[in-house]
Amino acid sequence: MEILLQQIINGLVQGSVYALVALGYTMVYGILGLINFAHGEVVMIGAMLALSSLTTLLGMGIPPVLALLLSIVLAMLGCMALGYSIERIAYRPLRHAPRLAPLITAIGVSIVLQNLAMMIWGREYHSFPQLIASHPHTFGGAIINDIQAIIFILALAIMAGLMVVVHRTRLGRAMRAVAENQHAAQLMGVDINRVISITFMLGSALAAIAGLMVSANYGLAHYYMGFLLGLKAFTAAVLGGIGNLRGAMLGGLLLGLIESLGAGYIGDFTGGFLGSNYQDVFAFFVLIAVLVFRPSGLLGERLAERA
Amino acid sequence: MFIKGLTMTTDSSFARTLFLATIPLALFSLALSGCEKSPTTGQIAAGELAVRIGASAPLTGPQAHLGKDNENGTRMAIEDANTKGIVIGGRKVHFELISEDDQADPKTATIVAQKLVDNKVSGVIGHMNSGTSIPASKIYNDSSIVQISPSATAVNYTAQGFKTTFRVMANDAQQGRVLGEYAAKNLAAKNIAVIDDRTAYGQGLADEFIKAAKANGAQIVAHEYTNDKAMDFTAVLTVVKGKKPDLLFYGGMVPQAAPMAKQLKALALNLKFMTGDGGFTPEFITLAGDAAEGVYATLPGVTLDKMPGGKEFEKRFVAKYGAIQLYAPYCYDAVNIMIAAMQKAGSVEPTKYLPVLAGISYEGVTAKIQFDEKGDLKGGAITMYQVKGGKWQPLETLGAIAPAAH
Repeated sequence: MEILLQQIINGLVQGSVYALVALGYTMVYGILGLINFAHGEVVMIGAMLALSSLTTLLGMGIPPVLALLLSIVLAMLGCMALGYSIERIAYRPLRHAPRLAPLITAIGVSIVLQNLAMMIWGREYHSFPQLIASHPHTFGGAIINDIQAIIFILALAIMAGLMVVVHRTRLGRAMRAVAENQHAAQLMGVDINRVISITFMLGSALAAIAGLMVSANYGLAHYYMGFLLGLKAFTAAVLGGIGNLRGAMLGGLLLGLIESLGAGYIGDFTGGFLGSNYQDVFAFFVLIAVLVFRPSGLLGERLAERA
Repeated sequence: MFIKGLTMTTDSSFARTLFLATIPLALFSLALSGCEKSPTTGQIAAGELAVRIGASAPLTGPQAHLGKDNENGTRMAIEDANTKGIVIGGRKVHFELISEDDQADPKTATIVAQKLVDNKVSGVIGHMNSGTSIPASKIYNDSSIVQISPSATAVNYTAQGFKTTFRVMANDAQQGRVLGEYAAKNLAAKNIAVIDDRTAYGQGLADEFIKAAKANGAQIVAHEYTNDKAMDFTAVLTVVKGKKPDLLFYGGMVPQAAPMAKQLKALALNLKFMTGDGGFTPEFITLAGDAAEGVYATLPGVTLDKMPGGKEFEKRFVAKYGAIQLYAPYCYDAVNIMIAAMQKAGSVEPTKYLPVLAGISYEGVTAKIQFDEKGDLKGGAITMYQVKGGKWQPLETLGAIAPAAH
């Protein structure tokens, strides 16, 4: 029982990071119909920027908590500038090009960012300073430590905040209008370029926070860390229904749970025939099963409804 | 509203200029990464014989820092040889390094191997991983090119019947046996859990470890898996926790071993943690922090300070490239033993110096190197280390020929 509880905690913590990153994919897809494969690298750059500013600030003798907050802000600003530039430089010129062109460009941007990060921060793994003393808390035999609790709660708060922005503000209404029909929105006086830029910046700011969370939790940062995370978050976005914000959150949390429960119980269920090496296979099996019955994901709207 | 100023210029020519601006950026990054692949420094003087030595390791991806370390070790040996001015068969020789990135990927390794063969290298130092060394070895063997891997430890690598494959590090059977025996006997572990990363190296080492641990009376209560790109192990560690082992062995590399040690502590698993040479890096301690304390790892060979020339090598390497990550000394030895065989044979032709290499005895910086009939290291000493006070401290050197103490 305590193992089940522990696996659920593991899955929710991992899943909330997936969900934050998945939001970036899904926001861009919802508005542009573009899969921004460079998003995983933005997460990595966020972690690296946070690490660099944190070490610099600590070196200047600024108190740890203040330094941490400042470095979060700096990483978010840096990633917002990066997200804005990516859209402006790489995607906007291709907005009316055939769909394949921006997709390939996205992969190109991802490779360029990865190599740039390798040149700037080097090939080695950087250890991330442990600023929050991590006290373990015990819940019915399962353990959750401070960082994990903060990750989970912060992720939920950010997601709730994003929902408010999208559904309750003028900007959010403009975003939804552009997602529904770009031309009609433009005719109604919505500055679509501005809305798209802001969408990229919002997604990148979330990516920066996710990057910081991952680095703080695992205690390391590396120029390659965005790749697998990006892939998993993209999977989560598809699972929940890409283009749908609630779907990305649900998909992220669900993927985290599927992975940890899969790794935890697949061996027992199959009598040791399949082991935890089938963790990813299991996750993708669930994804395929969902897509067979709901081709547009769990909460995704069918295309017919949009047309 | 603050974006307004930036988005004012929406005319397409500006957009196109910006887009075009990304192209030189991309080319620039390509050019920079390309630099590392060009042959090493130095002009060839008239009358000198140019000899190409190939090297391959992952220079990008999660293990890039280890791959670069390998390249540096190889490069230093080649530069040393060029400074010394080696004469082979009456002609002065200038060595050139051709370094290729195999991305730790078996498919890429075969492409890179073919590229090195096409470049007419006289020998290859590599690859770093077992998973890449094995598929590449067939290509080198087909072209009769000598391959010395500094760090591939999978038993299969030299068990394919190829005359051209050698390694300067003890294999997984030797290392796994020492690890398993040590866990079951010296540490008196009764219930052992094993995690491996499903690579040729991690899986091979874990299998040999299990064999040896079982033979010494321990029980394997769990065998779980991960991969060489993962960062989160909480799920498999929770499974391990449920089986209540007193020791966990991880077969894999440092990018996974360090966060694993950390997560063990976070999940309050009080057990001994042990890994092989893949975890034995200074980075393991910086990344795992407090959780590194008390962790065991082995490294084939003996400690550098016990070998003649070992300390001096370390000093020069650190001055030039920074701290040794892991396999640089083995690469250094691999190049030197290859050159020694060429000198002795009086030829840089792989077919001519191969028989000499097979029978050579060479005092390297990691061990006294002699090959058995398969190309494996004869004897193969293995040193057990433990993290104490934030440093890897040697516990004891097990197995094999004692090094010539100086």
